[in-house]
Amino acid sequence: MTVRLTESLAEEIRRHGQDAYPAECCGALAGRIGADGVKEIVRLAPAVNRRTDDPHRYLIAPDDLRRLEAGLESEGLEIVGYYHSHPDHPAAPSAFDADHAWPWYSYLIVRVDGGRGADLTSWVLDDDQPRMDPESLEVLSEV
Amino acid sequence: MPVTVSIPTPLRGFTGGRDAVALAGSTVGEVLERLLAAHTGLKRHLMQDDGRLRTFVNLYLNDTDIRQLESTATPVTEGDVLTIVPSIAGGSPVVETELPKLAHAEVLRYSRHLLLPEVGVEGQRRLKAARVLTIGAGGLGSPLSLYLAAAGVGTIGIVDFDVVDLTNLQRQIVHGTSTLGTSKLASAKARLTDLNPNVNVEAHEGRLTSENALDIVRDYDIVVDGTDNFPTRYLVNDACVLLGKPNVYGSIFRFEGQASVFYAKEGPCYRCLYAEPPPPGLVPSCAEGGVLGVLPGIIGSIQALETIKWIIGAGDSLVGRLVLFDALKLRFRELKLRKDPDCPICGKNPTIHELIDYEAFCGIGAEPDYSGLEITVEDFRKEREAKGADLVLVDVREPHEWEIAHIDGARLIPLGQLPDRLGELDGHAEIVTQCHKGGRSMKALEILRGAGFGKVRNLAGGIDAWAERVEPGLARY
Repeated sequence: MTVRLTESLAEEIRRHGQDAYPAECCGALAGRIGADGVKEIVRLAPAVNRRTDDPHRYLIAPDDLRRLEAGLESEGLEIVGYYHSHPDHPAAPSAFDADHAWPWYSYLIVRVDGGRGADLTSWVLDDDQPRMDPESLEVLSEV
Repeated sequence: MPVTVSIPTPLRGFTGGRDAVALAGSTVGEVLERLLAAHTGLKRHLMQDDGRLRTFVNLYLNDTDIRQLESTATPVTEGDVLTIVPSIAGGSPVVETELPKLAHAEVLRYSRHLLLPEVGVEGQRRLKAARVLTIGAGGLGSPLSLYLAAAGVGTIGIVDFDVVDLTNLQRQIVHGTSTLGTSKLASAKARLTDLNPNVNVEAHEGRLTSENALDIVRDYDIVVDGTDNFPTRYLVNDACVLLGKPNVYGSIFRFEGQASVFYAKEGPCYRCLYAEPPPPGLVPSCAEGGVLGVLPGIIGSIQALETIKWIIGAGDSLVGRLVLFDALKLRFRELKLRKDPDCPICGKNPTIHELIDYEAFCGIGAEPDYSGLEITVEDFRKEREAKGADLVLVDVREPHEWEIAHIDGARLIPLGQLPDRLGELDGHAEIVTQCHKGGRSMKALEILRGAGFGKVRNLAGGIDAWAERVEPGLARY
């Protein structure tokens, strides 16, 4: 599958990562499935990171998620994935990410290097193995 | 009785694209079993190998998480909606590479922990990785270090300078009769490593001081305060605030105890609660006032509990709350604590940026020089033989202490009653004040001298020194 977002949304994810640095940021990706089967991200839905004990972890709580989904439904949107930051670590999923991943969702990871947002990548859970596979990420430059 | 199971988008690939499935069953567990039987692909994403729900999979029965109900045993009725709700978790790779693995023997040892989703393998590995510093191996330090060791905290540092005394064993259960007279650190280390050889006990022999506190505390994740005196308590607090460490606090007196977690990054510190120490001598220590042996067991266990919860990240911590326990009434009360914006160390404009002289801060050591005002037990015996009844011995302890032991011929006037009973004493007589170990009698001496009694001296070391060196037949306590 492919996931598509605009450059300004990509920038917003980097900014969120920078703001949370050195802790991790996290949020949901609200969007819809396009006519060509591509996941189109319409906007970000930043979430509260419920893991305050450890800057290397994030958690979006089920109650928060239920509220968020109910709100999106009225806009005709759904959650197509999530994003989080890896402060001073590569934009690749950790074993912990893979252990906790849900199928189908796109997991965007932004590397935040010394407080500056860097690479942005997208990953999806493998169909058979508990590992993440890279997913093609289309960043649209805006006119 | 059909129940509707609502399937979230990411799992619809396993239900043929359907967003809801109707299934029969009388409990959540039965419905779940049928769901997995009908759509086998779901199993990998919802269940652990041991047949329990994965920790980040949540089931809501209508609007309530089943973990708040009876879990999978929760009964369901027709028309109920069971919703699968994801928790979304992840993180950068730092921690898991650092968390130590559990050996097979450890898995077995901690199996009752591993059964709790709130602990699990990750929580147990966190406990193994954790470094906890306990200040004191006494009444509070005993139960808390025992429970921390049993729970599998990887490294327990202990600071203490004392030796095991017979009067300790009524409550200091980490020590034993076989370790009487040995250092508390060696005694505790032997017991803790016997309880759990996986635990690394780091012994810091000596007192915690302003000179060494930062260097010792720096190497630990959490500090548990089991001290029995105010200077050390302020020292522990300030060191923790300066280094950004949580301070799991507990204190006990007679039948009452308190506990809290001071963490200045998120809540108040000890100074926010008690800006100033009480005047020296106002609050008796356990050695002076006594303590029920079980009480430190309860408060120390609360401290161990809070420490373990902190490490595994479970539940609500005591940050911002003070728990008060009354053993005689068997009652817990809770006070909300607020951060003091004017706190000199964790407030908006802190004035304390380094450790200070805590003895001086608590008014200890600032007392006048008493030399010449004290008499040794040996000299007192000699003078008494010479002067007889002209030398008045005033015992200022409490009546129940008098019952344990007293010196023949002494007059009992408890310290609290002394100011009102001055008339019973002859202003021209030579007076010697006496208590258990010489502290309270020094206050009595000050009262008497302040009231114009000219010839007053204090029995150095009190009845304890007397029993040790003059009258060995007398009971000591």
